[in-house]
Amino acid sequence: MTRFIDKDTRVLVQGITGSQGAFHTRLMREYGTRVVAGTVPGRGGQTIEGLPVYDTVVEAKESHGVDASIIFVPAPYALDAALESVEEGIDPVVVITEGMPVRDSVELMARARLSGTTVVGPNTPGLIKAGECKMGIMPAQVFKKGEVGVISRSGTLFYEIAAHITRVGLGQSTCVGLGGDPVVGLDYVNVLRWFEEDPETEAVALIGEIGGDAEERAAAFIGDGGFTKPVAAYVAGRAAVPGKRMGHAGAIIQGSSGTAESKMNALRDAGVDVGELPGQVAESLKELL
Amino acid sequence: MVESVEGHRLKLLEYEAKEYFRRHGIPTPQGRMVTTPREARDYTAELGKPVVIKVQLPVGGRGKAGGVRFADTPEEAAEAADALLGMRIKGLTVEKLYVEEKLSIVNEIYLGVTVDRRNKAYVVLASSEGGMDIEEVAAKTPERIVRHLVDPINGLRSYHANLVAKRLGYGGRKMLQFAAVIESLCELALEMDAELTEINPLAEVGDGFTAADARLNVDNNALFRHRELEERLLESYRGELTEREMEAKSQGLTYVELDGNIGIIGNGAGLTMATLDTVMLQGGRAANFLDLGGGATPERIGEAAKFVLGDERTRALFVNVLGGITRCDHAAEGIVAARRELGVEKPIVVRMMGTNEEEGRKILNEAGVETLGSMEEAAKLAVKLAEAS
Repeated sequence: MTRFIDKDTRVLVQGITGSQGAFHTRLMREYGTRVVAGTVPGRGGQTIEGLPVYDTVVEAKESHGVDASIIFVPAPYALDAALESVEEGIDPVVVITEGMPVRDSVELMARARLSGTTVVGPNTPGLIKAGECKMGIMPAQVFKKGEVGVISRSGTLFYEIAAHITRVGLGQSTCVGLGGDPVVGLDYVNVLRWFEEDPETEAVALIGEIGGDAEERAAAFIGDGGFTKPVAAYVAGRAAVPGKRMGHAGAIIQGSSGTAESKMNALRDAGVDVGELPGQVAESLKELL
Repeated sequence: MVESVEGHRLKLLEYEAKEYFRRHGIPTPQGRMVTTPREARDYTAELGKPVVIKVQLPVGGRGKAGGVRFADTPEEAAEAADALLGMRIKGLTVEKLYVEEKLSIVNEIYLGVTVDRRNKAYVVLASSEGGMDIEEVAAKTPERIVRHLVDPINGLRSYHANLVAKRLGYGGRKMLQFAAVIESLCELALEMDAELTEINPLAEVGDGFTAADARLNVDNNALFRHRELEERLLESYRGELTEREMEAKSQGLTYVELDGNIGIIGNGAGLTMATLDTVMLQGGRAANFLDLGGGATPERIGEAAKFVLGDERTRALFVNVLGGITRCDHAAEGIVAARRELGVEKPIVVRMMGTNEEEGRKILNEAGVETLGSMEEAAKLAVKLAEAS
């Protein structure tokens, strides 16, 4: 993948007639996203928000040319919708859907890996290139075009930190919501690699949470010199109790693994500026830049 | 390291899991679920051999808790069942028992299938340390665990299973028998959307292998494919969730009970976790975690506020809303309505930012509820108010 998204990206909305799909299509277009069409099997020929609706991705692609897809379909149909786009060579495929079975995510990621497609999510707020293209459900007003790349597993905490970044006078380049599920398409390392090459990104805000070891792997990658720009981080869940799932399917401490402390320590050891409070990320970035 | 996705599943009991095992051709000892000493006696007589009687609860460590007994005769079985039924283990009352033929075990193995988050694939785990907790084996003697990642496209082939069996030291006919169990368990895991299925121990007996225990945890999100299990869901939470958590669940709230005195409501898992952390850093202790999720209506927010305020341990409520799909004015309306309905005087601190923030603040300020823009300041105030009340 040479880029995630920008102002020229032609976006398809799968599940465009649902309440979430229609609502966010409007907001994405207001932001400037080039949404070209939508799909809903059985609804071909209709229009919504002034956009044509197709039964299949193939038809939408034939009529408009489609670069990227964003998926709002209900969980039982999300795998089918995502595979349809993956097969058509659409990239990236952003799965907003919450509650997708893990087995389906496993299959989707395997198929996407074969075709080299980037899948963002599931259970993600999406991604945004500030000032150009919003493919997601994030509130537009907190973003301002700038120099900080943001990577987060959660949604609202990501908006919180993005808002702080804007408030201290900085802005965002591209922001990627990885998703709160146990199995997701992108991890921190994938996005850090991309940010390392991205000329518009000068520093990164890494927002983590309990569960799994994605933050530890990001720390190892940074510590080994894989990412050379400044990084400030926050990890949520220090007050979480082991064995209890904290909202996200993936946010759970199992035994002694996946704790916030372990993640914070790993990131600190890698030279990352780790904040005690979400607001400190923006302050650190301001000093680092 | 064993990385699984535990935490998001319906836990079946041993006797239920064994039903699925049988349907998938996994050898299991003869057994039956019973609920009375009389049934235990009759079934033992029917079997005509010594039995093991095990309590059926959705919690681990039943052996250590005295929940497993052996009986040589039907009378002994009745006595054992009588002692076990009604027993309290980890806060749960024993209502069901599983009576099973006693095995002459040559060797015990661990076999499990779970999801490897990092590799985004199902993984087969086998270990010579049968009967032990696999997390413990992974921590102490990881070299004793054989792992095989299941290719999501091609699946697990026989030769993969043979290799796992071989690596655990089995050859010849025993290898083929063990491999057949591995294949069946893997098939079951995929078909049932298991986030974890485990045989611990898989008993090596004279002429083959048999599942001495069975675990099958099904991904909640996949229940639309397993309708027969939907009504089992609430029941499966027994033993894992507190009474308040159960009640919250029935109201559709994402709620975790904690041991402090400041009620917490946030929108989004990450933000709510960060709210707990911020309260902790200010020297306070959260009474709960309650995530509203996205796009909550005033009614929904009102229900959540009522639920948390209604907790007698809650001495102050801290609501943290970052307006996006969720509107700050909706949050404000819900909070004001909840307070009015409950008539409680407990202090409430609201931090809001984002969509319709001004409108939200106005509604709250008019109702005399304090609003702040900074999460840290709001947390500080909530801690102070909880201490003072």
